[in-house]
Amino acid sequence: MARTVPTGTKLGWTIAAWVVALLIFFPILYTIVTSFKSETEAIAGFNLVPSGTLESYREVQSQYNYFKPFMNSVIIAVGSTILALLVAIPAAWSMAFSPTRRTRDILMWMLSTKMMPAVAVLVPMYLIFRDWGLLDSRIGLTVMLMLINLPIVVWMLYTYFREIPGEILEAARMDGATLWGEIVYVLTPMAVPGIASTLLLNIILAWNEAFWTIRLTTTNAAPLTAFIVSFSSPQGLFWAKLSAASTLAIAPILVLGWFSQKQLVRGLTFGAVK
Amino acid sequence: MRLHTIILGLCSASAIAFGAHAESITIATVNNGDMVRMQKLTDDFTAKNPDIQLQWVTLEENVLRERVTTDIATRGGQYDVMTIGTYEVPIWAKQDWLLPLDNLGDTYDAGDIIPAIAGGLSLDGKLYAAPFYGESSFVMYRKDLMDKAGLTMPEAPTWEFIADAARKMTDRASDINGICLRGKAGWGENIAFLTAMANSFGARWFDENWQPQFDQPEWKNTLQFYIDLMKDAGPQGASSNGFNENLALFQQGKCGMWIDATVAASFVSNPTDSTVADKVGYALAPDNGLGKRGNWLWAWSLAIPAGTQKAEAARKFVAWATSKAYLELVASKEGWANVPPGTRTSLYENPEYQQAAPFARMTLDSINSADPTHPTVKPVPYVGVQFVAIPEFQGLGTTVGQLFSAALAGQSGVDDALAAAQAAAVREMTRAGYIK
Repeated sequence: MARTVPTGTKLGWTIAAWVVALLIFFPILYTIVTSFKSETEAIAGFNLVPSGTLESYREVQSQYNYFKPFMNSVIIAVGSTILALLVAIPAAWSMAFSPTRRTRDILMWMLSTKMMPAVAVLVPMYLIFRDWGLLDSRIGLTVMLMLINLPIVVWMLYTYFREIPGEILEAARMDGATLWGEIVYVLTPMAVPGIASTLLLNIILAWNEAFWTIRLTTTNAAPLTAFIVSFSSPQGLFWAKLSAASTLAIAPILVLGWFSQKQLVRGLTFGAVK
Repeated sequence: MRLHTIILGLCSASAIAFGAHAESITIATVNNGDMVRMQKLTDDFTAKNPDIQLQWVTLEENVLRERVTTDIATRGGQYDVMTIGTYEVPIWAKQDWLLPLDNLGDTYDAGDIIPAIAGGLSLDGKLYAAPFYGESSFVMYRKDLMDKAGLTMPEAPTWEFIADAARKMTDRASDINGICLRGKAGWGENIAFLTAMANSFGARWFDENWQPQFDQPEWKNTLQFYIDLMKDAGPQGASSNGFNENLALFQQGKCGMWIDATVAASFVSNPTDSTVADKVGYALAPDNGLGKRGNWLWAWSLAIPAGTQKAEAARKFVAWATSKAYLELVASKEGWANVPPGTRTSLYENPEYQQAAPFARMTLDSINSADPTHPTVKPVPYVGVQFVAIPEFQGLGTTVGQLFSAALAGQSGVDDALAAAQAAAVREMTRAGYIK
């Protein structure tokens, strides 16, 4: 029998959830508000009501062709995600269903690579990219982002796969399924919510990655992170223009997140409640 | 009809083939008004040089510095033209990372470049970067508030006068601060201002043997004077204020005086953004009667990295962007007030420019009075007015900047900040091999 939660408790939790959500969303909201202010308004102090000018958007558009970095972001984020999934699904399958004594150590080691500050390997990576002709190339950046996000993708998929009973895969094998058939026709459909949320999260991470995408590109492969950073100025007011550029850069990912929130939440809580 | 078709076809094919052979050069630059304007005017360059295409990479100043340093040190070859400052030029030229710019064409007139600026961009008499715009620092003040305080700003004030005026102009009830100065930590932020100020107090970063000098009385006098003045007449939260924050305060009428880059004059006198545009006066940076003023020297300049494969095209672009003809092009399109300042003597002799920019003469005088090779009263082993042109300075300057910013915020005392700065400088200079 379901436990009845008192109305007061429900209301309290609802208010708390709204407050936390608003606090988290506030920087994005204020960026959007600032993008509709003039430069003088933007720096005048805290104000949530903009004058509604589109001057900053016009300036941003006149200085930079938005479409090129946008397309680069799409190619790099989607490309690196697909590549990461292609590598991570078999890896996570192997670790979830044929674990060895070292599986957990390997998983921890993979995750530990995320703890290294990126700047520590900037020069070696730059030299490798230079020697392999990958500087300012979408291919180089796609591979780089795939490698950066791979530990998280493997970990997430491993967690989801562990929730799938191994008996189902055994049954498929007894019915004559090959390894390929087992992964593609049995495992993958059952793990769709997990794979979908991993895919979405990886796209968001790749879209927002700013260290390597700024440092390994110049003009051809520069994505939206490079587009944003070009509007920060050492001398002169730039907050409104920077906010307009940021709004344009985050808009696609905000829309994607909004429409896929159900899958994202479902995937992230997959297996959390027994 | 058929002949027309063939000719048209040949022309199209030639155009495509020609376009395909156009050389593309990549220019790394910062986002400021003058640079953005140049990007909009490049049609003039491409019309004169149809075989050269321009690709722009605009970055935030610190990111740009890191990107171009990585690229030039590893000979990555990503950029054909780099926007760098007077700090980088002597260091990089010494490393043979830059091509000398001794042949920018017959009409270039390199002799017209302001000598102080040319000196800061040269090594052993050779120019290694062409100045795109140059600046010094001076005092911008509110004439109405100065009148109200019963004072008259001299053309060349002393620090004593500035401090007295700042305290008299301060009106906390009306949200008016007598003086706004940089307090944000960073070698290009508070340290730029404080090093230039320290020069006028007779202080120096290092003696002739590279021994740090923060334990000397000149530094104590400088820092104590600065912190006392800011406590009495500076804005709240001054330790977070850099150029842009002080610009906003001054434009909103909240500063009686502001000592900062001469390039700010065009912002504070622009009625579109500034509420005090018609009330601003200018004076030279203050001194203490020791023969040095507290003004700096900086130039954003265009340089060609030694690793470029397109040196000739890059040279053509640098010559175009820093020529007298470019200044005239900007004037014809956007007026003389928008011409990049501080690079050519002839600009300051132009009556139209003098009329459009009332701060022109003061800017030139400020630039001319800065001497990067003899920045302070006592002899020094380094070049640079508001910086020390050695690779270690970026890190050390920022560390010292954090200590001074903390002292301004009241988190430590002047003596503690100076002692910590001395210890940090000794440690870094020993590690780098300057102190044996």
